[in-house]
Amino acid sequence: MQPVTHVSGKAYPWGQKNVDTDVIIPAHWLKTITREGLGKGAFETVRAVPGNIFDDPRYAGSPMLIAGDNFGCGSSREHAAWALADMGIRVVLAPSFSDIFSGNAFKNGIVAVVLPQDAIDRLIEVAQDQPITVDLETMTVTTPYQDRFGFELDAFRRQCLMEGLDEIGLTLARDTQISKYEAGVKEHRPWMSGDRAHASTSVESGGRT
Amino acid sequence: MANQPRTLYEKIWADHVVEQRDDGTCLIYIDRHLVHEVTSPQAFSGLRANGRAVRRPDLTLAVPDHNLPTTARRDAAGRPLPIADPESAAQLDALTRNTADFGIDYIDALAPAQGIVHVVGPEQGFTLPGTTLVCGDSHTSAHGALGALAFGIGTSEVEHVLATQTLLLGRSKTMEVRVDGTLGFGVSAKDVALAIIGKLGAAGGTGYVLEYTGSTIREMSIEGRLTIANMSIEAGARAGLVAPDETTFAYLKGRPMAPKGADWDEAVAYWRTLPSDPGAVYDAVVTIDAAEIAPLLTWGTSPEDVVPITGVVPDPDSFADPAKRDAARKSLAYMGLTAGTAMQDVGVDYVFIGSCTNSRIEDLRAAAKVADGRHVADGVTALVVPGSGLVKAQAEAEGLDHIFISAGFEWREPGCSMCLAMNPDKVPPGQRCASTSNRNFVGRQGPGARTHLVSPAMAAAAAVTGRLSDVRNLVTNS
Repeated sequence: MQPVTHVSGKAYPWGQKNVDTDVIIPAHWLKTITREGLGKGAFETVRAVPGNIFDDPRYAGSPMLIAGDNFGCGSSREHAAWALADMGIRVVLAPSFSDIFSGNAFKNGIVAVVLPQDAIDRLIEVAQDQPITVDLETMTVTTPYQDRFGFELDAFRRQCLMEGLDEIGLTLARDTQISKYEAGVKEHRPWMSGDRAHASTSVESGGRT
Repeated sequence: MANQPRTLYEKIWADHVVEQRDDGTCLIYIDRHLVHEVTSPQAFSGLRANGRAVRRPDLTLAVPDHNLPTTARRDAAGRPLPIADPESAAQLDALTRNTADFGIDYIDALAPAQGIVHVVGPEQGFTLPGTTLVCGDSHTSAHGALGALAFGIGTSEVEHVLATQTLLLGRSKTMEVRVDGTLGFGVSAKDVALAIIGKLGAAGGTGYVLEYTGSTIREMSIEGRLTIANMSIEAGARAGLVAPDETTFAYLKGRPMAPKGADWDEAVAYWRTLPSDPGAVYDAVVTIDAAEIAPLLTWGTSPEDVVPITGVVPDPDSFADPAKRDAARKSLAYMGLTAGTAMQDVGVDYVFIGSCTNSRIEDLRAAAKVADGRHVADGVTALVVPGSGLVKAQAEAEGLDHIFISAGFEWREPGCSMCLAMNPDKVPPGQRCASTSNRNFVGRQGPGARTHLVSPAMAAAAAVTGRLSDVRNLVTNS
């Protein structure tokens, strides 16, 4: 994962509420077996409308997107985060995010910054013609007009983002603890084990509906 | 503190903590992992790139559903038919190869038990109470109907679970959604789900795990509970739970992958300890009176846009929130609707009965009851897509296929079908569909497609009348 500590530049001043992941990347783009190249499908239905924000030359290439409540709701498709990353988005700012999307964004080095609605409204105003700056070190969003909005970020996520850490590698280092947990389950809830479920049956054997 | 009353969620959580970090987040063990063709290829590529194995293939089950066509899969001679779309074929090939390479059980496209991952899990007894269950699909919340803490994950998390059988998670808040009373005639679990989403809003459950309680839920079948838990995510909640009870145990007993013999008895004894303790405290409580729920449907492009079938298209100016007013105006333009129009005056072009929300045997029975002896209206294309091969076989054993086919419905092979426009089943631009699926988002059923979410009986009613219709006018209360 690409480390991210500081992003400064233009932002799409969108503000749209309830942006679902079908809007971020429609399902027909999901028939891919790689993570690359999804930027060209990002916001396809929005971009089909003339005069849309994503094709406005004033905001072309913005590394940030400002949205409304509940950004990334709906489908769990990580393709939404891949599409945003592919179009160069490193930060999304919104009053709230869907739980699944914010996890997916984080795993792809995209910072999901939660700010109150009035701060979002102000940033949308500023971003019409001015850059904004998001800093993970100080956990602030600032503007050339001396606006300064603090935000919170889970400490672990912040560290992973800033250092570009591989979360799977970190968890694999906890192998002893995971094995110990598994041994406990084998002793106390042996029926939970997949081995036994599989031993007596084949999934082909039918059953009831 | 040991005797402090706990919720079902807190009990499942506590039994799955591998370790707690200083910041309160926990490494949580995952008992069951369902895998499908669309959100897994990049996860397996990641494992290969890093030389990592699947930690517990025995806790993992794969089945294709999302982009599989629902037309015949074999020719008249019984030979498998190729998949026309090369991208879909490549994704299915990847799943076949990945499951073989990593030793994962695979119900392939031609297997009798193939179906939608959220139909197959419970049906096979892979889904069990008190387990943690994940899948790279947001409707994984469905499995909560059996008392499993089940939620959708992204592909990076799929890879994380494959490699480590764990996820690093923060604790969710809890919300009790209590539904009490008897459902009215013509009102189904789908209407309860829509009523809940209408009340909470599409983001009302964000950050929460819902627990559905109350007499209405208790009296409901597992199929009905699956419909409600399935749509938890449409209220923003990543998971929704129903405490396991006798209905749950009766449903699971004897299923192929459920515990057997002494294991079964031990499992049931454990499951009986799971329901929330009297006096357990939730972070939020919402109550709904079942008697007040009418057959519902959506009018807009968010699942929270709910109205009774007897209602009218709302006026955007009637919403207090300016952002909602703006969204409603855009929705009406997209949906081709005018404020004040009676919902029952709106004609439909397509009807879709299927999806992980409403493709189980009870759903098909409810739709067949309306379709029986009637015919799909002129100009309407109506699909019935069973949730699995086993549901299809059961429906055929009951003669439901004959009812549907003679009424002019198409009777298809199992899969996600017209729910999400990534297989050949799509609603064309500008066309209107009464759909038993879960999302009425812009473009969800195809670019420009207009979706009204309804129950299976209401979908069948729309099919035979050619417009959005009150099912209570078509069937008798017997």
